[in-house]
Parts: sequence; C-alpha cells; structure tokens
Amino acid sequence: MRNALREIALPVFAIVAALLLFGLLVAFAGVDPVAVWVTLFKGAFGDWFSWQNTLQRAAPLMLTALCVAIPARAGLVIIGGEGALVLGGLACAALAHAVPLPANVIGTVLVCIAGAFAGGLWIMLAGRLRQYRGINETISSLLLAYIAIGIFKHLVEGVLRDPASLNKPSTYPLPEALLIGGIGGSDIHWGLVIGIVACIGLGLWLRITASGFAIRVVGGNPRTAQLVGLPATKLILAACGIGGACAGVAGAVEVAAVHTNANASLIAGYGYAGILVSFIARHNPIAIIPVAILFGGFGAAGSLLQRRLGLPDASVLVLQGIAFVLILASEGLRMIDWKKLSAKTIAAGSAQKTNTVEAA
Amino acid sequence: MTADQWVALVAGIVGGALRVGAPFLFVSLGECLTEKSGRINLGLEGVLVLSAMAAFGGAYFTGSPWLGVLIGACAGAALALLHGLLCSLDGVNDVATGIALMLFGTGLAFYLGKPLIQPQAPQIPAIPLGDWSDNPVVRSALQLNALVPVGLLLAVFLWWGFARTRAGLLVRMAGDSANATRALGYSVAGIRIAATTAGGFIAGLGGASLTLFYPGSWNEGISSGQGLIAVALVIFARWSPLRCVGAAFLFGGAGAIGPALQSVGVGWGYHLFNTVPYVLTLVILVITCKPGSVAIGSPGELSSTR
Repeated sequence: MRNALREIALPVFAIVAALLLFGLLVAFAGVDPVAVWVTLFKGAFGDWFSWQNTLQRAAPLMLTALCVAIPARAGLVIIGGEGALVLGGLACAALAHAVPLPANVIGTVLVCIAGAFAGGLWIMLAGRLRQYRGINETISSLLLAYIAIGIFKHLVEGVLRDPASLNKPSTYPLPEALLIGGIGGSDIHWGLVIGIVACIGLGLWLRITASGFAIRVVGGNPRTAQLVGLPATKLILAACGIGGACAGVAGAVEVAAVHTNANASLIAGYGYAGILVSFIARHNPIAIIPVAILFGGFGAAGSLLQRRLGLPDASVLVLQGIAFVLILASEGLRMIDWKKLSAKTIAAGSAQKTNTVEAA
Repeated sequence: MTADQWVALVAGIVGGALRVGAPFLFVSLGECLTEKSGRINLGLEGVLVLSAMAAFGGAYFTGSPWLGVLIGACAGAALALLHGLLCSLDGVNDVATGIALMLFGTGLAFYLGKPLIQPQAPQIPAIPLGDWSDNPVVRSALQLNALVPVGLLLAVFLWWGFARTRAGLLVRMAGDSANATRALGYSVAGIRIAATTAGGFIAGLGGASLTLFYPGSWNEGISSGQGLIAVALVIFARWSPLRCVGAAFLFGGAGAIGPALQSVGVGWGYHLFNTVPYVLTLVILVITCKPGSVAIGSPGELSSTR
C-alpha cells in the first residue's frame, strides 16, 4: 500500500514541480504565473467545453502511449509511434476510398482494423530488425517514423489526393456513414471509449493472462525467459505488433472522427507525446488513462494560453518537456531514498562492487 | 535531361553533401565523443534544435555570426550537461532521459524562438569552392560553410585525442569498463558528464550551421531528426571520428538528392527522396549490425548495443 502511494506521489510531485518551474519561466517572460496556472486549469478542465476538448485529445494519446508501453513491458524502447499513427490514418483513408465498404458500423470497424494492421506491421518491423539483425529498436523505430511520414506525404499529395483539396493536400473524405460520431451528441468521439477499453484490456491482459506474464518476464529478465524456454522473439514481435496496432488505430480514429480525411494535420505530435504519457504512467496501461487525460488537458489549454495570455503555442511543449525531465529525475531520487532507508544494502552493494572490480 | 542539367544535378548533390552534411558532421562527432565515454545521448536532437535557435538569436542580437556560433554551442553544452547530470543519478536510463531532453530542448527552442521566425540574422561567411567553373549553378552550389573546415579539424583532433592523449584514454576507459575506471580511482560519472557536455558543445556547432548557413533561417521544422540520425551515423562510423566525416557527407549527399532533383525540374517523389537519408541509415544498420553480437569498435558499456 505504501509502495502504491509512492508510485502515485512521485509523479504527482514531479508534475507539480514542473508547473512551478513553468510558472517561473513565464514569469521571466513577464507573464503572471498565477494567471498561467488558472488559464491552464480552465482550458483543460474548467468547463464542459474544455472537458470535451481535453478528452478528444486524450483518446489518441492513450493509444499512442500503448505503442510505447506494451513493447516496453517486453523490454523494448519504441519511440516511433508517430509513424504508426500516420500510416494507420493513411490505411484507413485508403481503404475507405479504394474498397466499397458496408455503410454502417462494420465499415467503420474495418477501416479501424486497416489502421491497426498498418501500424502494427510498421512497429513489428522495428521489432524484427532488432530480433533478427540486432539493430537498436529505439533508433530504427524513429527512422521508420520519418520514412512513414515521407510515404504519407508522398501518397497524400500524389495518388490518394482529392483534387478538390486545393490549399491543403488531403485524401478523399471518408463516406459519411463510416465516420465516428460524438458520444451523445458531444464533441467527444467514440475513440475515447476505444482508448479506454484498449488500456484496460491490455492492462488486464498483462496482469492476468499467461501470455501477458510471459511478456513481462521477457522484458523484466531476459535471462530467466531464456532459461524457462519462453519464445522471446515471438513475444517481442507480438508486443510490437499490439503496440503498433494501437497507434495505428489512433491514426484511423483521428481520420474517421476528427479530420474526416487524411492530411498533414495528422502529424500533430501525438506519437511523441505518447512516449511521455507512457513513461509517466510507468508503462502501466491502466495508469495511462489518467495521465493521458492530464496531458490531453495540457494540449487543450495550449490554445487558450495563446489567446488569453499571448504565450507562444509551444509553451505546452516546454511544460511537457519539463515534466518529463522531472519525472525521470524523480526516478533517480526514488533510488537514493531507498538506499538511505536501507543502509545495509548500500554497504553490501559497495562490497559487491569492490569484488567485481577485483575480479575484473 | 541535358548535359547542363546533369552538371547542375551533380553539383547540387555534391554541394548539398557539403551543406546538409555540415550539421551531421558536428552532431555525429558530438555523439561519438559522448558514446565513447559509455553513454548515449538521444537528446542531441534537442541539443541541435535548441542550439540552432540560440545561435540564430545570438547572431541576430549581437550582429556577429561568430558570437552566435559560440552562444549556440554553449546552449548545446548546457542541455547536454543536464543530460549528463540526470543520467548519473541512480536508476535513470540514458535512453529515456535522451528522449525527455529531446522533447524539452525542442519545446524550449520553439518557445524562445517564436520571435525569431521573421527576422534575418547575419550569416556565417561562405568559402567559394566553385570559382574554377563558369557555370553559375556550380558556383552557387559549391559555397562551403566556413564551419566545415573547423569540423574537419575537430574530427582529426578527436581522433588524435582518443589515440594519444590521457584525457582521450580516460574517456575510452570509462566507455569500455566502468569498473576498471573506478579501480584506478577515477570518477566514471565525472568523465561521462564532461564528455557528454563537450559532445553537446560540438553538436551545438552543428545547430549553428543549420540556422546560420543553410537553410539560414530559424523555423520549427529545422532539424527533423538529424540529431537522431547522428546516433545511427556513429554506429555506421564504428565510433571513429574520422569515419564520421565520411558518413556525414554521405548522408548530406543523400539528403540533397530531393532538393537537387527539384532544382532541375524533377518534381516527382520529392517527399520520398527526402526519406533517403533515413532509408540509407536503416539499410546501413541492417548491413553493419550482426544479430547476437556487438558492433565492432563499440564501447563496452554502451547500453544501446548491449
């Protein structure tokens, strides 16, 4: 119980500290920090309108965060979720344009599955490169993201372009019947439900199923996994595929619920913000839900900061960056505290260190 | 295509290799130094963007491009120092910290750089390499960034430093065996922080050449992953500063194919040609990495190769 409290307390402190530091930064720019905090809160959670805005942004964040969290549980640091997202959106728009689909919810499900396939295969490629060629997956997934964005732009401005989209190259819009609507007439679309269900489902899967446990063993202790004969490569590829599929669905949902076609607005940085969300949630799918809502709120508040206080739209990026840095630093502090609490361990640890030095 | 167009295309790619390759050269040298000490800095992407903005701002406000270069390099060093300090905390993973600083650095650069999008800052002077030719296209393509010779000297200096100096030996030792370094009474964390900071300073020079030479203005899309490509470049160059030079210009040339084709009127596949450096990086990684074994020349303590 105490452990669980600390798990929550540390990131909360880090975020509070990030807000304080951010206040200091804007104070230097001559803006009243209290006004910034109030505006941030109002823009994110102040009224029904901001809640809608926040939850609309939280949906893709949950799914792109899963693209980091699930592979992370298998021991991989994947940061190319943005690539899976844009390809997911592209696949969704391409399928809707190229194939006559049933004009009902089945069609919508099919375009989302297309997105899942595109994203899943793309991230699985990073997993394959790691398992079969020994290439660091962090770097390869990022390179793949830039390649995906290039392919996306090439197709959206090329063969998939709707000639009617003059200023902003876009694909043909999705048929009305395939669009994902709002929940109960609000601006919050069903993507949020997909995100929450995916987070809870994958969280439970990791916790209670044998395959979920196997993935955690592969990620937590590869040596043990090898000893007990777990099919590490298959599990790692599965984790990449599932994570990538989530990010792909995020792209498909953005297309089917927000933009109605695939265009450059899809490249909005959700993939990168998802990295942050997953790390803060400590790669726990269920913890991703509140963190994604918080960061969706920051994103929603960004435009209000710009309009009310004249801060640049990148302010929110700074806040996110500070938060990320502090969260990681707090991980370090956790270790220090732990050491102080058990002085014995530290003595034993240094003795062991000396031993290894002598052995070396 | 006519002969003139071919000449223009080749000149565009060669000139582009020198122009586009300059930031790659500095970032890969910085990353090389950092990785030699046993730490990886993915945050160099953030360093590159932040120092590009700082250099542009510095040059704009002081009126001197060289002061701008210095300010950019110092900004890069400051962010890298933060990376070094954070990573030396227990239980802090250098890959995660790098991603954090990448986001933080770009965020800070966009935030502080908002007012700099419009103005024009004084530029780093160009060394005309194309004066032998009568062709104006060739002449304009072969304008060499004055920082490039600095980068070449730096590469030789680093190569010599790693091989021949005490400091270089310490950096290599910290990278190969933290235990041996500790046994000899040196601080592994101290060496790594110093190497990371110096690496950030060098990468900062790359940021400066992004905004003060080519494309020569500050905007938010300025880097698009060049700092991360550097990480792959260093693997390709097998942690040798001299090979970093070749790798950087190869990638610069690859990145220049798209714009060079467009300049001679080939509009098709512009975005695809822009992905050539990334594809090339990936292909090279596929060729140079072997499953189950560590790349030749890789520092033993490097987390990304273990």
